[in-house]
Amino acid sequence: MNIHVNYDDLIPNNVDLSNDPKLKRALEKWHPGYINWWKDMGPEGFQTADVYLRTAVSVDPKGWAKFGYVKMPEYRWGILLAPQVEDRTVPFGEHKGELAWQDVPGEYRAMLRRLIVIQGDTEPASVEQQRYLGKTAPSLYDMRNLFQVNVEEGRHLWAMVYLLQRYFGRDGREEAEGLLARRSGDADNPRMLGAFNEKTPDWLSFFMFTFFTDRDGKMQLESLAQSGFDPLSRTTRFMLTEEAHHMFVGESGIARTIERTCEVMKANGIDDPHDKERIRALGVIDLPTIQKKLNLHYSLSLDLFGSEVSTNAANAFNAGLKGRYQETKIEDDHMLRDVTYPVLELKDGKFVTVDEPALAALNGRLRDDYSADCQKGVTRWNKVIEKAGVNFELKLSHPAFHRYIGGFTNVYASPTGELMDKAAWEKRKGEWLPNTDDMDFIYHLMQPEYGIGKYANWISPPKVGIDNKPGDFEYVKLA
Amino acid sequence: MSLIRQHLIDPEICIRCNTCEETCPVDAITHNDDNYVVDVSKCQFCLDCIAPCPTGAIDNWRVVSKGYTLEEQFSWDELPEQEELEDQEIAGEAGEGADDDVMAMLKLAHQGEGGKAKAPASAATPSVNLYNASRPAIARVMGNFRITAQDAENDIRHIVLDFGSTAFPVLEGQSIGILPPGKDEHGKPHRMRLYSISSARDGERPNHNNLALTVKREEKGVASNYICDLKKGDEVKVAGPYGATFLMPNDPKANVIMICTGTGSAPFRAFTERRRRSMPGARGKLMIFFGARTPEELPYFGPLKKVPKSVLDQELVFSRLPDVPKEYVQDRMRKRGDDLAPLLQDGNTHIFVCGLKGMEAGVTEALADICRQHALVWKDIHGAMLESGRFHVETY
Repeated sequence: MNIHVNYDDLIPNNVDLSNDPKLKRALEKWHPGYINWWKDMGPEGFQTADVYLRTAVSVDPKGWAKFGYVKMPEYRWGILLAPQVEDRTVPFGEHKGELAWQDVPGEYRAMLRRLIVIQGDTEPASVEQQRYLGKTAPSLYDMRNLFQVNVEEGRHLWAMVYLLQRYFGRDGREEAEGLLARRSGDADNPRMLGAFNEKTPDWLSFFMFTFFTDRDGKMQLESLAQSGFDPLSRTTRFMLTEEAHHMFVGESGIARTIERTCEVMKANGIDDPHDKERIRALGVIDLPTIQKKLNLHYSLSLDLFGSEVSTNAANAFNAGLKGRYQETKIEDDHMLRDVTYPVLELKDGKFVTVDEPALAALNGRLRDDYSADCQKGVTRWNKVIEKAGVNFELKLSHPAFHRYIGGFTNVYASPTGELMDKAAWEKRKGEWLPNTDDMDFIYHLMQPEYGIGKYANWISPPKVGIDNKPGDFEYVKLA
Repeated sequence: MSLIRQHLIDPEICIRCNTCEETCPVDAITHNDDNYVVDVSKCQFCLDCIAPCPTGAIDNWRVVSKGYTLEEQFSWDELPEQEELEDQEIAGEAGEGADDDVMAMLKLAHQGEGGKAKAPASAATPSVNLYNASRPAIARVMGNFRITAQDAENDIRHIVLDFGSTAFPVLEGQSIGILPPGKDEHGKPHRMRLYSISSARDGERPNHNNLALTVKREEKGVASNYICDLKKGDEVKVAGPYGATFLMPNDPKANVIMICTGTGSAPFRAFTERRRRSMPGARGKLMIFFGARTPEELPYFGPLKKVPKSVLDQELVFSRLPDVPKEYVQDRMRKRGDDLAPLLQDGNTHIFVCGLKGMEAGVTEALADICRQHALVWKDIHGAMLESGRFHVETY
């Protein structure tokens, strides 16, 4: 097994690219387009800065996090697959127990291609969404974390493009071009999924995005990592290790924001977390506003899971292409014949759980797993608030709140699940989602802090540095 | 009382991403709804989980007389403080390397510290004991250069070893074991010898998977003669890395006073190179007292002279210059007493001593003298430095 990454090639890889001249040519042809895309749509204004980034030198635990200063356009984006598991079998679905496929099974070609393209499209989309954030970074540490997220999203695009070019011929090449052509938020040629066309205008949004929206990515990758199509499984397994950093940026970013708010409240004798005027006047973000941002990003991310009850999901599972979250750790027959899964639905004006066929309810199940994962993070944020002695609790909004996809489309519910008509909901939505006033406040708060070891007033420093670096480490050397 | 070094995860920093549990080759890491925890009875210190952790929560250690149970760890909201232990001497060494032989060698080398060994607070966590005599890493010789003058009595060599695709992560101050081929007169394999790495963690050549050694040819030394005779392209069996306390502080504020003779300069070449590459503007001072018999016998004499004083405050001291009285490192330290005294009182100052066993006493006396002259008490300073991992000795 080749775990070492070949950095001699233009495209670092551990897939023996040099012995596949046709593929190598195809990727090298795609490469300049990618670099152009990065320069056009990547982090604006920091392409010549030296950023302390990690690069994988091999995919084993010892080698995949090597740190050093890199200019982003010179980052070594490569193709890295987790080590092949010998005699791996398809872990679920109708082909369960058969040897995992090393090539695309003909009958599933279209389905598989679509799964890969959808996953691939989210990667460059988030880079585009976040491209202006460097200008308002609350510290060099946070700026470095943003750029690390960005270059790794770029690498994830490479990972998907490799699969497309290697296994899908001309169609794959065209899809790979399409991934560079679509643009987040573009009226004519938008990215494929809704949440990836939203703006990420400020750092609170960025942290919420990495916590909630990237976590959808994590769940999707976890399901694809189970795939019977072995190259997809290996690719996504390695991507998951990187994705964990994105979760960290989001969770710790929000935690540090909360910590700072509580600290400033306490220092100024403010006990009421709803005393918005006084808290904002001190230059920190009040907790109710953080709750509104949470409601927004959580509900948008829930939409990414698609319809709770879905034939597509059932087909992909049956085909052995996309499993459940941590499929191999679930104890059942992994076929889901004649079993049900409880799905929350709205029936006759009431929320009830309905036992749906488990196969059809796979999206619903993945979404539930996602919500449970989110809840753990929210619980830890609440510990920060509790520790500071502030009386406030953050909560995940009700799954029916603010939804545009799935069974709760056109349902008007408050974050606690209280049903109402459209007019009442529209009237009150400013209480639950960030309104113009909130957005303005946050926008004006976002002033850059580029001093070494310094942090903007609204956020606490991290508890430990990246790569164990001390507090005054220069994570980004501005050009 | 026997002490163990227990690996723990900081629940305040951990984001429960499952990466460590996924990575652990021996399933020592597990979790419940609250925390991710390490089973002290299973963890083998392979450190596979350290680099992939996105948060740094994984990199926590406590020396304990009785390991924390899984249940205790599940109940934590934050990590417990390091408990006070009586037998601290063993504690610092507990992470040095599992091999008894190597432990003994390191313990002997660190004896001169006069107390428990403790890594600098800002040092990175080292990988130790990744390879051993029965499972060595194979390195290839990239170069072997004599760095003392051709007519000098001592033959000291600069050897560069490349590890190709083998992961061999090292930190400045660590050692590696070289396994000479062949057997001794009793039919046993020749004993492994430890050598300090003289290059920075990112390689002798930056971002290459190689490292450098500084090796002196000893008249009857099996290992040293084997190494000094290596040719470019030769394969070498390597064990290690070893050493978890004699490590470069990462804090740019750290003042580092380095005192050495001969090939004891190896780790300090690594320290200096690390500082120069990764924190050129560091506020902390680098100072070296470097002794040899003559300039011709001082390893790296030429390159050293080119390092500006702003990077490294150098005192090169010679004991066999014609028509000049003998001078040893401790003599020069006394001469610089007025500069050393304020550094000794600075909580950011680290002292590292490396070289022949014989130099320890002289260096300690000089430090004590300097303290007396400046109304300081060396015993107290020494104690405080030891306590905070700022005094390190490696002599042989």
